[in-house]
Amino acid sequence: MSKKTDKNSYTIIFAVIMVIVVGSLLAGVAQGLKSKITLNERFEKMQNILYAMDVNGNEGDGDITFISTDKVEEAFSKYITKQLVIQGEEVTEDPEAYLIDIKQEEAKAKDPNYKRRLPLFVGEKDGKTLYVIPMRGKGLWDAIWGFVAVDKSLVVQGVFFDHAGETPGLGAEIKQRYFMDDFTGEHILDGDTFKGITVAKGNNDPVNENKTDNKVDAIAGATITGDGVTAMIKKDMRMYLPYLKSLNQ
Amino acid sequence: MGLLSKKDSKLILDPLADNNPITIQVLGICSALAITAQLKASIVMAISVLAVMGIGNVVISLMRNIIPSKIRIIVQLVVVASLVIVVDQVLKAFAYSLSKELSVFIGLIITNCIIMGRFEAFALANGPWRSFLDGIGNAAGYGLILVIVGFFRELLGSGTLLGYQVLGDPITKTGLYAIGYENNGFMLLSPMALIIVGLIIWVQRARNKDLIEE
Repeated sequence: MSKKTDKNSYTIIFAVIMVIVVGSLLAGVAQGLKSKITLNERFEKMQNILYAMDVNGNEGDGDITFISTDKVEEAFSKYITKQLVIQGEEVTEDPEAYLIDIKQEEAKAKDPNYKRRLPLFVGEKDGKTLYVIPMRGKGLWDAIWGFVAVDKSLVVQGVFFDHAGETPGLGAEIKQRYFMDDFTGEHILDGDTFKGITVAKGNNDPVNENKTDNKVDAIAGATITGDGVTAMIKKDMRMYLPYLKSLNQ
Repeated sequence: MGLLSKKDSKLILDPLADNNPITIQVLGICSALAITAQLKASIVMAISVLAVMGIGNVVISLMRNIIPSKIRIIVQLVVVASLVIVVDQVLKAFAYSLSKELSVFIGLIITNCIIMGRFEAFALANGPWRSFLDGIGNAAGYGLILVIVGFFRELLGSGTLLGYQVLGDPITKTGLYAIGYENNGFMLLSPMALIIVGLIIWVQRARNKDLIEE
């Protein structure tokens, strides 16, 4: 005698009901938590931008610590004086420029007629004007992204890098302080030519004393992620170059 | 007589040692190799699997008499995938920084063969309470191995434990590094996890001869 649950009709009805129940359950959970999650993501972006400007909760040589979420909005409006959107020759102010999705802009920019919107954050800290440039590139497994803060003469004042899924202990170390702190003070230009910053192996400069060689020390075992960081800085920084150079004229 | 009967406590204790899902059944190896480079990630993964497996086993056990046998694997997959997504969303909403650290690990739980294995082998045939104990026990056995492997890989590979430098500072050469000790970068790569798991299997079988197959 076959069981009731072996019938085809029962199987199909069960599958349909299961899909409806699970689908609405997950949709409900996602909808219910959506506003909280978007808010968290916005705070995170603000924290990242501020981190690149060296506004953070770091103590001593420990782990990276962001400014706390309940203070981040206040700090963001205090330190970021202008949010610009560069579109070709046009530069406009937009208080929501930090919400521009770099990934989407990259995809849209494949259409040659589309003028890509480049967000740029202008901040003031200790009397210095900083320009925070967002960037996005490819690591070994998945996307990597970051923010690089430069001053008028294109010397790096601070960086923040993050990744979607690099190897823990290897590529994932790009978001550790010993790697990010190395960038501070590094020059992007070599004389007048744009060099970017190369994450270099064997540059005989492990504590990074030479700040004008456009190189920082790589992480052992994370060659491809390091190359990704190099390429990302070159590719995305170049787009901001005309604007940044015009500031000095 | 404790809280659990002898039969019930066996459900929890067995997978910790003599029927360990990793070292005896050799399941869940993929995630054990991938995420054990750091102790912290191992601990968090162990806790997440514990939660998903405890709840999942109970859900499957409650549904065991109405699940059509033809599509039971799909049903199991749906249950574990939904649980993992809910955990992921809740973490994103209420513990954002923690969920950032875990990133892909949460999603990886879906692919853990131990979970599907216990659903199929135990929860489909047993009541909710026993299934719950079985889930907790197997997840704990899995977590135990993860923590052991993570401990050695982080200690020997990076010289740290939970991010703290326990062997001294390799850059300024203090502690053990002052007398010429070097971190073994090879420990951070997945093959070493396999070798450590192999060593654990060796030790375990050397101590308990019953585990040696003919």
